[in-house]
Amino acid sequence: MTLLLIVLLPLLGTLVPLIGIRAGRTYCAWLTALLPAVALGITLYLAPLVFSGNVPQFFLPWIPQLDLHLALRLDGLSLLFVLLILGIGLLIILYARYYLSEQDSMGRFYAYLMLFMTSMLGIVTSNNLLLLWFFWELTSLSSFLLIGFWSHQSDARKGARMALTVTGAGGLSLLAGFLLLGQIVGTMDLSVVLQSGDQVRSSPYYLYALVLILLGAFTKSAQFPFQFWLPKAMAAPTPVSAYLHSATMVKAGVFLLARMFPVLAGTDLWFYFVALTGLVTLLYGAYFALLKQDLKGVLAFSTISHLGLITMLFGLNSPMAAVAGVFHIINHATFKASLFMAAGIVDHECGTRDIRKLNGLWRYMPYTTALATIAAASMAGVPLLNGFLSKEMFLSESLDAHMLGGLSWLIPALATLGSVLSAAYSLRFIHDVFFNGEPKNLPKKPHEPPRYMRLPIEILILLCIVVGLFPSSTVSGLLNAAVTAVVPAGYEPEIDLAIWHGFNLPLLMSAIALGGGILVYALRHYIYNFHRQFRSQDPNVIFEASTQAIVRVAQQAIDRFENGSLQRYMFWLLLTALGFSAYGLIESPRLSGNLPAQSIDWAVAVGAGMLCLSGLATVFFHRRRLISLIMLSVVGMLVSLAFARFSAPDLALTQLAVEVVTMILLMLALFFLPQKTPKESSGRRIMRDVLLAGAFGGVVASLNYAVLTRPLQSISSFFLENSVPGGGGHNVVNVILVDFRGFDTLGEITVLGIAGLAIFKLLNRLKLFMPSSDMEGRPWSPERFPAILASMAQSLLPLALLVSVFIFLRGHNLPGGGFIAGLVAAATLILLYMARGVEWAQQRLDFQFQPIAVAGVLIATLTGLGSWVFGYPFLTSAFGHFHIPLIGDVELATALLFDLGVYLTVVGATLMILANLGKVTTPHRPSKEKR
Amino acid sequence: MSQHLLIFPIILPLVAGLLLLWQRQGAVLVKRVVGISATTLLVIVGIAMVITADDDTIRYYALGNWQPPFGIILVLDRLSAIMVLTTALLALASVIYASAGQDEEGSNFHGLFQLQLMGINGAFMTGDLFNLFVFFEVLLIASYALLMHGGGKGRTQAGVHYVVLNVAGSSLFLFGLGVLYGTLGSLNMADMAVRVQYLDATQAGLTLAGALLLLTVFMLKAAMLPMYFWLPRAYAAAPAAVAALFTVMTKVGIYAILRVFTLIFGEKANHLANISLPWLWWGGLATLVLAGIGVLSARDLRTQVCYMILISVGTLLIALGMHHESSIAALLYYTIHTTLITGGLFLLADVIDDQRGKAGARIVKSRPVLQPTRLGLLYFIGMISVIGLPPLSGAIGKALILLSAEASERAWLWPTLLISSLCGIVAAARAGSTVFWHTSAGEPSGTPMGKLRSIGVYSLIGSSIVLTVFAGPLTAYTQAAAEQLLSPERYIQSILIRDTEGDAL
Repeated sequence: MTLLLIVLLPLLGTLVPLIGIRAGRTYCAWLTALLPAVALGITLYLAPLVFSGNVPQFFLPWIPQLDLHLALRLDGLSLLFVLLILGIGLLIILYARYYLSEQDSMGRFYAYLMLFMTSMLGIVTSNNLLLLWFFWELTSLSSFLLIGFWSHQSDARKGARMALTVTGAGGLSLLAGFLLLGQIVGTMDLSVVLQSGDQVRSSPYYLYALVLILLGAFTKSAQFPFQFWLPKAMAAPTPVSAYLHSATMVKAGVFLLARMFPVLAGTDLWFYFVALTGLVTLLYGAYFALLKQDLKGVLAFSTISHLGLITMLFGLNSPMAAVAGVFHIINHATFKASLFMAAGIVDHECGTRDIRKLNGLWRYMPYTTALATIAAASMAGVPLLNGFLSKEMFLSESLDAHMLGGLSWLIPALATLGSVLSAAYSLRFIHDVFFNGEPKNLPKKPHEPPRYMRLPIEILILLCIVVGLFPSSTVSGLLNAAVTAVVPAGYEPEIDLAIWHGFNLPLLMSAIALGGGILVYALRHYIYNFHRQFRSQDPNVIFEASTQAIVRVAQQAIDRFENGSLQRYMFWLLLTALGFSAYGLIESPRLSGNLPAQSIDWAVAVGAGMLCLSGLATVFFHRRRLISLIMLSVVGMLVSLAFARFSAPDLALTQLAVEVVTMILLMLALFFLPQKTPKESSGRRIMRDVLLAGAFGGVVASLNYAVLTRPLQSISSFFLENSVPGGGGHNVVNVILVDFRGFDTLGEITVLGIAGLAIFKLLNRLKLFMPSSDMEGRPWSPERFPAILASMAQSLLPLALLVSVFIFLRGHNLPGGGFIAGLVAAATLILLYMARGVEWAQQRLDFQFQPIAVAGVLIATLTGLGSWVFGYPFLTSAFGHFHIPLIGDVELATALLFDLGVYLTVVGATLMILANLGKVTTPHRPSKEKR
Repeated sequence: MSQHLLIFPIILPLVAGLLLLWQRQGAVLVKRVVGISATTLLVIVGIAMVITADDDTIRYYALGNWQPPFGIILVLDRLSAIMVLTTALLALASVIYASAGQDEEGSNFHGLFQLQLMGINGAFMTGDLFNLFVFFEVLLIASYALLMHGGGKGRTQAGVHYVVLNVAGSSLFLFGLGVLYGTLGSLNMADMAVRVQYLDATQAGLTLAGALLLLTVFMLKAAMLPMYFWLPRAYAAAPAAVAALFTVMTKVGIYAILRVFTLIFGEKANHLANISLPWLWWGGLATLVLAGIGVLSARDLRTQVCYMILISVGTLLIALGMHHESSIAALLYYTIHTTLITGGLFLLADVIDDQRGKAGARIVKSRPVLQPTRLGLLYFIGMISVIGLPPLSGAIGKALILLSAEASERAWLWPTLLISSLCGIVAAARAGSTVFWHTSAGEPSGTPMGKLRSIGVYSLIGSSIVLTVFAGPLTAYTQAAAEQLLSPERYIQSILIRDTEGDAL
């Protein structure tokens, strides 16, 4: 539990500054520091336990399916990092209090910083691979916020984006690596994974897991060729840089190398990937650090270089080198954090970070000068400072690397070269900035910073010196503890942290490094001149340009693909359907089934021929709408005849009624279409469409034929048998509609009702062009409502309504029913509308259609709900014979009530559509209505 | 009443919708109260269903008391319970958001919204293939009406594409149904599942054609490449509260595939066993690639969310294609996550749009938003979640799906899915830093988010945190649901128990 607090307290601490800022800036800083300080206290309290070889653990089950649990561990390596993260973090909080200006939102800054701190603590204490990954990505995200903190600066935004992209991509790769690793070992539990090194290394997936995990580590630690994001992350406020690039963010990468050392290291592949990458990065970073004119730029590249050094140490596959790596992590964190903070002071007090302008600052800030000099000396590897110790271990280890065979001498040689450059840029950092003449055109007159802004540096410098002088009595315990977690049990090397090892080769190399460094610095202008011939490219610019190029390409691709053509979209849909159904047919051994074909009489043949012809004509005359529409109605009429011919009178009636209503509505709709049809498609297009339509028609016809020629063994006999005893009706179709499958009908009338509402919504606020003449320019007849039609329609109305009632009532036993009856009634009313005009009809039929349609569905629903009263499921029907005086025996069924709902819905919805479409032509256009 | 529980998710919104539609005019406040209360009740019903279904019994409700396979039935298992609850939660947030004023931009909003819910829930509940078609129609027409809510050229245009493609899809559905009824002779899904096992080899090809036609329709609904075209414009044009609800509609397609192609054409389907898998797998991968490109190409926050939805569609289809128990469990968890989060992001995009003057939701430099901290935080959390970055539910969902891949599948799935996530990161970082950081001088305009809209946005985006914290029990539930799905004989037995007593097929 105490272990959880180490992570939990800083997480809670995220909220503290947001609230604490109300108490003032200084209080805010103190309050923010409180929780991490407690966490640090807890860590120190746990430290003796860790030193004695225990690994405190915490476990809270979370997602067993993913093998992801809140599992924490505090082994030596974790302890070391927790101390660094919390310790330096606290110093950064103090420093930032003085660094941030009044305009910066301090609460937000500290909140981001605490979030970042939490995620770093999570990485180093996780005892579960996926949990580690969770925190890993969280550092990328929180660093995005930190780097982009000064969001008004373009550099900050770009730098933040680039850092997030690179480290985020690495994180995704790491996820894949961890998942693979977890699958190799069979668990995500880190304690188990750490014990399974041999199993992992012998797995066939080792190479993939290794590469994926290393990609994660290298992107995070800014290893070549992913180093470019780091210098651009310097757009962040300096406390952020000091934190991210000394003890945390970039150290997460090398932490991962250390963490995975027992599992993944020890193979040739590990050496080639890790050590050589580290070596290249070491040299690359060191060379560019020498060239940069920006104070933080120098530090950024030196960070890259030192990370390369640490990476290389872990890559050397020797326990001792790993020790050196861990040791250098500590040392680098201390001197680099202090250097960044010193650079921040210079920036803060002088208003610039340009080395060309900054000179001779020792006169103005002697104290800061002294501190920075010691830190830089440690970076250069000057004896009696901590940097010297680990660097000498590094040089000595480089001598023991023999993996390159005959070329193995290159490793120590290049290591020395790196150290030479390191000494040179350290010297440059100090000499150019603090000495070397007078400052030029500084925006501010430099002076010493506030007392407490310097305090964090002093503490760190003190550490550099103490560790440098008394390594064995200060860090050896921590180092030992950390190393036991890194090096496989039984291979722990004898750690000898003496300053003096006698005259040996590493000492010579160190001396060469320092001497060479001075020499290189002295001759730096030659290097500058040499380098001038290369055009320097800003990674931000390249990154932005390439992102924008990718975005542009993506936009072009999408715009071209989704070109807004409905025809294209339909093409793909139909092509897919065609391909699938054709595939099914091809898999069929033969098309026709066992059933013998019915004989064809002449009426059927003629009808079928007309059906085909009118179908074709519909398409052929598509530019002449009226003809096309008439052809379409011929199709519909023939279909209803076909229904009648093949003994489906209900369907025939329905089809007939639907046909009438549809045609009228279509005519109304076509009226509003533009008079001119757009130009004909190109020949190729037509060819494509004809082929597709032909093929699709062929396939659908084949499907039909195949189905119809096969014997049907279906549940339909049940409906025939139960229609009378169970449903109380002789018309099976109607009983199916209102009883067996009444629920479908309920759904469909709902659809109908919504369709009416949808039309209303569609027309609402739609500005339609109202043509005053036809295509040839002939004006529409002024006499819009022919008198004969009007009088006929009016006299027909009561009769037709009576018919519709008749059809409705007989529906349960004979062809008819609510749906057909409703359509008949609707068609009659439509006729009246046509004959007399919308305005006339509207005045006389003074009721809203929406409530009628809604009432219809509601009646149907309530009928269904009625069965609940009798303890039956929804829509259970009941029927019985009643004797009514004067009329006689009558069968009444609840289904009739349901059918009444259908009837009303059909009438209401149809007229709602019609009235709304019609209304567009009148002064009562819906667009004028508010709602 | 509890014996009628299964029909509540359909009847409740139906009755509420009808009452709301009784009068086109009418007091706004009353409509809002009715709409929100009905949706709240739906949430309660959803919770009741999830709890009821957890005893591993599959229940059915025979409408009209006509027993299966003859009548229409509704079926409650873990899957349908999860889907109904997810829909209800999403709907509640959306309807609350809409009640801040969006419902007044056109007519009949609340009534149509309820009917839309009825359609969606019906599709999740039904155990009858034709009834599924009916509910597809209900939700299609209702969604079309809602899409038109508020009017405008963009909506009308997008709406035409939406409705034409989907109506064409409905016709294909009927073709497929007709063929399947012709060969299998039943519409009850459980009955069809039995019949397909005893299918004569000569009928297999024809049945395959029918099944694949259905698959086409479901793929269209799920928005798989190359049938996703209706989605980006329609969703981007829809009013925010409607777009938010629409995020569950692609999941209706996913659900239908999952149901039909595990139950009827699943492992036990003899000649037609697992016919959908290769199409889903490759189609999902292709969709994922396209959606990755699409996310990068988005010029507008809403469009960006649309492609994020397509990324999730691709991911879900792939998981469907893998068809392992673990991948189905993962996809169910991921479905809940992506539905709620993308819904929240649509709402958020609308709020941002509202506060940026002319720039709207376009990803361009403009004046700052009125509430930068609040909206920025919501956008940050929402994007982390939807892209699948830790520590939120998207990461859990994606990791579950990645983990469920077998060795041979990894090589395709892992790079595609991870690179699509990277596209998401790049796009979101660009959009977020442009909208919230790259601001010009100028006073923010628009109105603050307000209470109702805040509830909508916060609850949906915040749901990611809940989904993360309770990921353990949730994934246990989805795992159990996946087990249920992959043993269709349990479903069949629960529904057609009489058939084991000798009713010959």
